[in-house]
Amino acid sequence: MSAAFGDLAPYLALVLLGFLPNEIWRFFGLIVAHGIDERSDTIVWVRAVATAILAGVIAKIVLFAPGTLADVPLTIRVGAVIIGFGAFLAARRSVFVGVAVGEIALMTGAWAAG
Amino acid sequence: MVDRRAFLGGMRAGAKSVFLWLLLGTYLGLGALAHDLGFSLTWTLVATVLIWAGPTQLIITSMLGTSATTVEIAIAVTLSAVRLLPMVVSLLPLLRTPQTRFRQLILPAHLTAVSLWVEGQRLLPDIAPANRVAFVNGFGAALTITAVVAVLSGYFMARELPTALASALLFLTPLSFMMSLARNSRHLADKLALVLGLLIAPVMAFYKVELDILWSGLLAGTLAFFAWRMRRSRA
Repeated sequence: MSAAFGDLAPYLALVLLGFLPNEIWRFFGLIVAHGIDERSDTIVWVRAVATAILAGVIAKIVLFAPGTLADVPLTIRVGAVIIGFGAFLAARRSVFVGVAVGEIALMTGAWAAG
Repeated sequence: MVDRRAFLGGMRAGAKSVFLWLLLGTYLGLGALAHDLGFSLTWTLVATVLIWAGPTQLIITSMLGTSATTVEIAIAVTLSAVRLLPMVVSLLPLLRTPQTRFRQLILPAHLTAVSLWVEGQRLLPDIAPANRVAFVNGFGAALTITAVVAVLSGYFMARELPTALASALLFLTPLSFMMSLARNSRHLADKLALVLGLLIAPVMAFYKVELDILWSGLLAGTLAFFAWRMRRSRA
């Protein structure tokens, strides 16, 4: 019984903490009768907080790298993000160029650091 | 059979969409991340299809895989997913005809994410209104299949590839999410929130503040919001 629950626990967490709090907004979208003003202060604030939460998750992945990424030195990880972002801006906000240059910077740096 | 043709047309449009490549990179990285944080392959696949939103999947995978509390994860996902509401609301008028039933709209609503929202507004006006639901379902199916294949590939590649390449694969996640966020930032509020969030979260994590992601998100987002409002009132 407890073993079965142990196997199910990650799925329970997925549904309760991932699926439901995510899907509920799509459902609300279906039942909200009127349009929402994209420029209203509340929407701007919510979007800013959502962006900052995601930015925080991104920063933590770079700084406290999971798995094999932790083998690459911290300075190289941070440097590669900065170089990639610079390339993204230089290439008129091309996500592809930014990601490609960031990856090349990471691999070159990791290789040079041995 | 009009529905089937519209569905296939939607799939073709999905296969040609620029978002296909973005999804490929994003979900390769998410698959690798899920592998390295110890999730099972089945969990990762179920999460991809059930959540169908990259940011939410990144939050649940990275926070559940590390040491975040359940309350913190639920609040972070809720706040990050609010952006789906205006997307669904603004797509609905394009999808709905007087004959459309509510239950026909449930799948298109589930498939709504930034990809479908952007491409739907571009493509749907050229599709006959009666075919639009089937078109959107086909479009979403093409993208979902791509994401499932990518997350599966990322998961296995993280396991099999040499360390140097596996770390590059994991690095796809922070890079692709950061660039997408920056690209979607239109307001000063969004741009500042991105920069402040990147700076404040590590400080809070370093000092081991409890619920660090949540507090830094609220603080950085609120600061960015007030900066935007101050500039607007001066203008």
